[in-house]
Amino acid sequence: MLYLNIIVSGLLTGAVYGLMALGLSVIFGVIRIVNFAHGEMMVLAMYGAYVVNARLGLDPLLVLPLVTLALFGLGYALQRLLINRYIARPDHEQFLLLLALATIITASLLMGFGPDARNVQLDYGYDSYQIGAILLDKVRVFAAGGAVLGAAALWSFFRFSRTGKAIRACADNQVGAQVVGLDVKRLYAVTFGLGAACVGAAGCLLLLLVDVQPYIATDYTLLAFIIVILGGLGSMPGALLGGILVGVSEALAGFLVEPSLKSAFSFGLLILVLLVRPQGLLGRA
Amino acid sequence: MRHTLTRRDFGLGATASGALLAGTGRARAAIRPIKLGSLLPRSGYEAPIGQSCQRAVELAKKMLPEMGHAIEIVDVDTESKPEVARTQAEKLIREGVEMLVGAFDSGQSFAIAQVAEQHGIPFVINIAADPAITEQGFKYVFRNFPTSVMLGTQGLARFNDLFTATGASPKTAVLMVVNDTFGQTMLRGIHALMPKANLPFEIVDTISYDPQAKDLSIEVAKAKAAKADLLMAVTRLTDVILIVREMVKQRYEPMGIISPGSPGMYQTQFVKVLGKYADYAITNIPWLDPKQAFAHRFEAAFNQAYPGEVCTLDAGFTFEGFVICADAYKRAGSTRPQALVEALKATNIKERVMIGGPITFDAKGQNVNLPSAVVQIRGGKPIVVLPAENAELAPIFPVPGWSQRG
Repeated sequence: MLYLNIIVSGLLTGAVYGLMALGLSVIFGVIRIVNFAHGEMMVLAMYGAYVVNARLGLDPLLVLPLVTLALFGLGYALQRLLINRYIARPDHEQFLLLLALATIITASLLMGFGPDARNVQLDYGYDSYQIGAILLDKVRVFAAGGAVLGAAALWSFFRFSRTGKAIRACADNQVGAQVVGLDVKRLYAVTFGLGAACVGAAGCLLLLLVDVQPYIATDYTLLAFIIVILGGLGSMPGALLGGILVGVSEALAGFLVEPSLKSAFSFGLLILVLLVRPQGLLGRA
Repeated sequence: MRHTLTRRDFGLGATASGALLAGTGRARAAIRPIKLGSLLPRSGYEAPIGQSCQRAVELAKKMLPEMGHAIEIVDVDTESKPEVARTQAEKLIREGVEMLVGAFDSGQSFAIAQVAEQHGIPFVINIAADPAITEQGFKYVFRNFPTSVMLGTQGLARFNDLFTATGASPKTAVLMVVNDTFGQTMLRGIHALMPKANLPFEIVDTISYDPQAKDLSIEVAKAKAAKADLLMAVTRLTDVILIVREMVKQRYEPMGIISPGSPGMYQTQFVKVLGKYADYAITNIPWLDPKQAFAHRFEAAFNQAYPGEVCTLDAGFTFEGFVICADAYKRAGSTRPQALVEALKATNIKERVMIGGPITFDAKGQNVNLPSAVVQIRGGKPIVVLPAENAELAPIFPVPGWSQRG
């Protein structure tokens, strides 16, 4: 039963990781830009939720729609005003642009909030659900539930809405999309906005689980890369599957082998997948 | 009456003026402030503790001149990285700093010690426990902080004092250790010292974890699965907050959580974040002496400058680091490195902030008068509960369960 507890805990954490990585996967899948400021944008969202909680006492779950919308706006504006100009430039220039953006976000947060870790105090922050012998951390259940809902909403958008279908058309054939009269630049901006909105939602949910400080961003960018490569670059279900795989493998490795080796197992899994299936578990060859 | 300046008058005047000028020059040389370089991890993963130390640097800038010491402090950030600590130390020396103080962390302090030794600049360590630093035969390095062996020996000895004072003794313990230089040094020390410490419990499991971990739920689940009576923890700050939070969520209630001598559980942020769940956490650590007048003066100045913050050993040892430098300069009367080193060797400061005898250094540059106290969080404040002669309250052990707190 102890193992079941560990696996469930890994599953719940993995779902939030999945939502975070989803944003990176969506952006790369459509625009073909690797967002090196991904973790930093999530940390920005975490601070946004933290500030509203500290000032107004609002639960990050209630603030989530507002922060998600704000991150969508930020992502949209960034793509429209800045990143669109770099689409045709060499990869290394795109990397440098996004790395610079990441540095600016971290430095600004450091100036604004200092290096201390910040967290939100919630009434249910220390509660757990007891289901038979399984003990479920209430906060983790809420966060995972939010992540699954967020992923489902994004999937529905791409599947059923006209804009979603147009974005998928852009991803499949950019020239063809232009030929039939789609406004590709606007669709790219909407896509970047949606990717940013995903990290915004993930940031609010993650704030329930971890303390935020400016320096945690790099670790989450790296984690998002691992998850996306595992699941398959550009694949939405792949990002979720990758997140869950990383969450569960870290949990089991931490419990059965050695907690300090948790991250090593994620990278081991990554190497294994790259050897056996280089396009990722659900990626297209 | 008309006065004529004779050659004799002129000679006398010139001699007197020369003597006066020379005297003034000597006086000016004697009171020239010595340039001290402060190196602390004010950003990066150790930033919260680095900032805690930095508060003492700011107080030293104000208090030491008021105490008649001529000092000037230049402070830099090591970014919690040994390689940055090394380059910052080199930069400070290039800029004319005459003594160095820092750097909270063993890895960073070791890097600075090598630079100090290479350039022949005295380095006073405020906080860093790796014994190797003072075992290298460095001539310019002095440490006013216990080595991990001293911390471990005294930290373990205080366990028995606590059990004797409270009449409760656990039979088993699980040890959680942060996997960095400090944690691993402490771990080796604990395993080496346990057989000689005559403790009533045995360690049934040891769990090492990543110092930059953001989630320790699995580690705590593993500790809980060991079903031990006591949780021993060698931690930093952010990680121990995660540990206690998970203990509450997983309803893991050992007899208590005790650190044999590590940071985290006595710090302001631990108390601020965890509130009532921070109470009763115990750390066996050198602490500010509630019975010393100088400690009271320092604590009063600290509380006035930083209301809402707790004056901890980070601030106490950092402040003493600057007191040691200022005292050495006063006695040396010179900024020559060799004169400062000789003065440091002869240090004998009786008026202290921290618990313990006078500050003196042995042949290796180590202060050995640094006993540990038992510090327990009570009502949101770290309080000395043992030894009895320094204690403000009696210890409480076993501690109340999570659901029994206010």
